[in-house]
Amino acid sequence: MTESAAVPGIVAPAMNSGDSSDFIGNRRPESFLLRDDLQLLMRRLQEDGYTIVGPKVDQDAIVYGELTGVSDLPQGWTDQQQPGKYRLVPRDDQRMFGYVPGPHSWKQFLFPPSAIVATAQRVGSSWQMSTQDEPAPRYAFLGVRSCELSAIAIQDKVFLGGAFVDPHYEQRRDAVLLIAVNCTQAAPVCFCTSMKTGPRCQSGFDLALTEIDTGFLVEIGSERGRLLVEALPLRPAVSEEIRAGERGRADAERQVTKQMNTEGLHDLLLEQLKSPHWETVAERCLSCTNCTMVCPTCFCSSVTEVSDLSGDRVQRERQWDSCFNVDFSRVNGIPSRDSISSRYRQWLTHKLATWQDQFGTSGCVGCGRCITWCPPGIDLTEEVRTLRQLAESPQLTAAIGETASSSLPPNTAPQNTTEGRG
Amino acid sequence: MTHAPTRKPRLAVFKFASCDGCQLSLLDCEDELLTVAGLVEIAMFPEASSRMQPGPWDIALVEGSITTPHDAERIRQVRRDCTTVVTIGACATAGGIQSLRNWGQHEEFLRCVYARPEYISSLSTSTAIAEHIPVDYELRGCPVNRQQLLEVILALVAGRKPRLPAHSVCLDCKRKGTVCIEVSRGVPCLGPITQAGCGAICPSFDRGCYGCFGPALQANCGSLTNHFLDTGSAPKTLLPLLRNYNAAAPAFREQSDRLEQLAQAVSGKVDSAVE
Repeated sequence: MTESAAVPGIVAPAMNSGDSSDFIGNRRPESFLLRDDLQLLMRRLQEDGYTIVGPKVDQDAIVYGELTGVSDLPQGWTDQQQPGKYRLVPRDDQRMFGYVPGPHSWKQFLFPPSAIVATAQRVGSSWQMSTQDEPAPRYAFLGVRSCELSAIAIQDKVFLGGAFVDPHYEQRRDAVLLIAVNCTQAAPVCFCTSMKTGPRCQSGFDLALTEIDTGFLVEIGSERGRLLVEALPLRPAVSEEIRAGERGRADAERQVTKQMNTEGLHDLLLEQLKSPHWETVAERCLSCTNCTMVCPTCFCSSVTEVSDLSGDRVQRERQWDSCFNVDFSRVNGIPSRDSISSRYRQWLTHKLATWQDQFGTSGCVGCGRCITWCPPGIDLTEEVRTLRQLAESPQLTAAIGETASSSLPPNTAPQNTTEGRG
Repeated sequence: MTHAPTRKPRLAVFKFASCDGCQLSLLDCEDELLTVAGLVEIAMFPEASSRMQPGPWDIALVEGSITTPHDAERIRQVRRDCTTVVTIGACATAGGIQSLRNWGQHEEFLRCVYARPEYISSLSTSTAIAEHIPVDYELRGCPVNRQQLLEVILALVAGRKPRLPAHSVCLDCKRKGTVCIEVSRGVPCLGPITQAGCGAICPSFDRGCYGCFGPALQANCGSLTNHFLDTGSAPKTLLPLLRNYNAAAPAFREQSDRLEQLAQAVSGKVDSAVE
């Protein structure tokens, strides 16, 4: 990757579902779907054989799960988010999508937390290997936000873009139908405008909805999306509805107050590998893995072979794993990142810097999940701000260095090219 | 198996200060028990059979903590008699709930409980097996997870290293899709500093983790304690969260001692205010 690739954010339009090229850059006029007719859309998806997954209230949060109908949506609910804190709270209206993304992300459906990738069966004196050939589920995602479309595009690069294509991801990704919903509100942890990933959905969707009190403005993003709404009672949106939609989207944009300066971030972070600030963060960081688990782009996994009691049948299991797990960095039995500071540094520098070298984009979409779901509320935008200040002020760095004793290993290249690892 | 041993490994189960729950986890493996019995020779397991065969043994499962001078000697003999020593449960790996005595007055306990305390020979502390002898593998938990128990036995029979994760409970919560109750409801949960292996049970039943698997590898217990204090938990209410089944595990002990000092400072202030 060259210097010019160190451009922050996701500059190119998000990768689309495959057949939407006619629609990119040429916004089609929005049509209107009455609020009560959303159930017709969901029924149509079910008739087409899709399993609908989308937002629902569960475990005191708005999570993603299978939906049977409109009544499963979090109608009348919203959330309050801040670093280390999330609360589910009622709304004073009956919006169905009036919330900011919560603890779940769509990666759990495209890249499941646990999967059996192969099995081996002892046959006589040899082994018969087989891969899983079960048909992948055919999902329709309902309620995908702009930052989440970008996250899916980033994982597309990870799992489909290189020399080795992940067949599990590919099958699920090919089948998925993406119904996006534009944000009409933002949380204090959101910073999509800094990462150029939102709040408005630009591309990569089959349909994009904007919710207003009376229903939904509908934007068609692909041929599949067009076919889907053909049988629905859509009508051209009237100017009042269009204005209401614009107001909602503008509300979201205005509410994004958190910012992260991405200018020169790649080089800045890699020049700060020896900063004493990593030790300061490590005093708070629990190394609990929560940030990586809720991140919609983190893709690390570990593969283990698990035998049955007889030892005649072995399953190769893949599970989500994390650079914050000490065992994840073991090489020949020795952890190569043996301190919290080195693990936090690995995560942040990969997410915001070396990810660009590896995949050509930033690994961060500005959704803010890692901020909300970090129990002590470590805010990566604040850490980046501090590192930037330290880079600009060597005196400040020296002052911190006197109080923090470094436990960082001497290596200066926190990159890892092992397959499946960040 | 190509490396099949010429004879089955001989397994022995030893009990020290404990409730027997962990060794009974082996008998709880009802579906797998016959297979296990086919893989190893259960040579000594007093809870299961009165037919006890003498050592040496290949695999020792050691339950319980060291609380008497006699046990401190006995565990050394177990080490001499067994090739691989696996400690099972919070008592064996951290001292157990009985390690609360480490903060109490041992002599006073004896006087309160026994009519003739001079006949009692016990130590003033309850300590983990690993503080007395080298241990090959530790299975955490109160009680242990029986899948982990099976895993370690199968691994030893197969001659491979057992898979015993050292990461936090949080990772398992996230794999299950469990929403973090600490963040979503403010429930003090020890998940971020507690070792996985239980299957992340408590948070999926709306209850904070109370650390029965003990500290995770390189757990940052100080930061989590600070976080609980900063978000309004009183030292007095946090103290029993860290001082229970794994009270004597060093990472937990350090923070519970700190909380105790804070609680005393708070009650000292209250007392002086009352006066």
